[in-house]
Amino acid sequence: MTNYLLNSNVFNDDVEQQPIRAGFGRGLKAAGAANDKIVALCADLTDSTQISLFKEAFPERFIEVGIAEQNLVAVASGMARAGKIPFASSYAAFSPGRNWEQIKTTIALNDQPVKIVGSHAGISVGPDGATHQMLEDIALLRVLPNMIVVVPGDGIEAEKATRAIAENGKPSYIRLSREKSPIISTNETEFEIGKAYILRDGYDISLMGTGIMTYQLLIAANILAGQGINAEVVHVPTIKPLDNQTILESARRTGRVLTAEEAQIAGGFGGAVAELLSSELPTPLLRLGMVDRYGESGTPHELLEYFGLTGQHIAEKAAEFVHNKAQYHRDY
Amino acid sequence: MGEKLSLIQLQRKANDIREDIINMLETAGSGHCAGSLDLADIVASLYFNIMNLDPKNPDWEDRDVFFLSNGHTVPVQYAAMAEAGYFDKSELLTLRKLGSRLQGHPERTKLPGLENTSGPLGCGLSQASGYAYTLQYLDDAKHRFVYTIMGDGELDEGSNWEAAMFAGKYKLSQLIAFIDRNNIQIDGNTEDVMPLEDLVGKWESFGWHVLEIDGHNIQSIIDAVNMAKAITNRPSVIIAHTIPGKGVDFMEYDYRWHGVAPNSDQAKAAMQRLRTLDGKITSGDLA
Repeated sequence: MTNYLLNSNVFNDDVEQQPIRAGFGRGLKAAGAANDKIVALCADLTDSTQISLFKEAFPERFIEVGIAEQNLVAVASGMARAGKIPFASSYAAFSPGRNWEQIKTTIALNDQPVKIVGSHAGISVGPDGATHQMLEDIALLRVLPNMIVVVPGDGIEAEKATRAIAENGKPSYIRLSREKSPIISTNETEFEIGKAYILRDGYDISLMGTGIMTYQLLIAANILAGQGINAEVVHVPTIKPLDNQTILESARRTGRVLTAEEAQIAGGFGGAVAELLSSELPTPLLRLGMVDRYGESGTPHELLEYFGLTGQHIAEKAAEFVHNKAQYHRDY
Repeated sequence: MGEKLSLIQLQRKANDIREDIINMLETAGSGHCAGSLDLADIVASLYFNIMNLDPKNPDWEDRDVFFLSNGHTVPVQYAAMAEAGYFDKSELLTLRKLGSRLQGHPERTKLPGLENTSGPLGCGLSQASGYAYTLQYLDDAKHRFVYTIMGDGELDEGSNWEAAMFAGKYKLSQLIAFIDRNNIQIDGNTEDVMPLEDLVGKWESFGWHVLEIDGHNIQSIIDAVNMAKAITNRPSVIIAHTIPGKGVDFMEYDYRWHGVAPNSDQAKAAMQRLRTLDGKITSGDLA
């Protein structure tokens, strides 16, 4: 049964749009107002990562570290040892792209409540090209014991996720997209770390998405409905810990699973679902995302089209999958 | 509060720590002799004179903090902590054993009293800088100081220089860093592997107050820290010239002892060196 309050306007052409990073900026400012232990560090990308909202509100709790991502996270680790709750922000391509070992040693193994903020993640960063399109971050962070990995689906959810990780007492990674993306949730919609949500009930296939891909899955489900295929849509904003129960229950209901992410499917969200299903409930699985290749320059929409990650493309792949793959253990 | 030892007592304590290190490494069968031994005088000075600590209350909120950056030398820290009463000395012989709180490289979550987890080089100065920033700018805790020890070979890591710029920019005057200038690293002498000099010039140009001392002269170590505390507009770095393997003559100056432990014969010989009448007499009873 659906347990996610959808934006009632989500299927209209004039659906509200905002960058997910903007929600992060608002969430951090609100978290900072509620808890004076929260501090923010940035590596020369203050406006881009929207940590500027916190800086304007609490300048004495903002620390500029310059273009030095290794130092960024290790300084944050030291501040956490001194009792603070640091948010360390940069582009995901650089943090955790460049400083993974510092994150592992000084934050994850050291179990300090530092929050790594990876903005401009995924191919949707667009024209900057492959060097700046971080596709490996989900894989890199979800293999770290103690680490929480959150990929919000829209700006409103990013705000809630930011406030949630601010108070969870754990090393955490939050993955943010640069471009405006449709608002799928409402202010009243629930967000809890570690929970996946059913956005649409179905019984032919489960479409599971994270980040901005969940909106594309909703569009794909509507297209599939027109073809007589009834798709369940599952939004998975927390990759670690994965909501095993919700994912397995959905897989058991539909007998087929499709995952979508703007990241490498190897080791990414699709990898996480593949690991779960193969050990608990072997189920035909189609993983969509980046398949062992880098991105390239283009507008965000062009790139989603090119790599087959729009609702229309996903619906085509899903229909083919439904027609060609038998359902397993369907107990609908 | 931990005890504050006199000069003579500190010299004797450093020797006890060296004996602990030899025992630990022999029992463990692996580990790093050279740096652990050469840091004994500095670490003894920190734990038994310089730092305000409470071994029975490791998280005491007014304590000074110590971040060991070159985590492979952690036997010297474990030994000092046991001597200071953080835990029983018998636990030292569990070093590197399955289930031990004394991991091969320090893990904060395993052992109360450790401030950080380290081993991969080049992280300690950043963590110490983050702590020192917090004390200076956020908590207004001017009475607390942050110490870190780095190896010299470790300075090959570029991240140290990111941290050096950071601490220089923010004039972290409660941060006092030691460099263990023993001139060796795994592959050989530092100036052959990757030259570090001019070290004084490098740190001065990053905005630090630089002191150079004999890292085995305990009075010099304490004096340097007092000087560093008196410098209130910059972070301080104390370049401590040391002899790798100090105290065990057949290990001294030899980079091949960087990353190996003594076998039982070597450990016995090392103990004889550390327990000479000369060592005992000059380090104590004539004072």
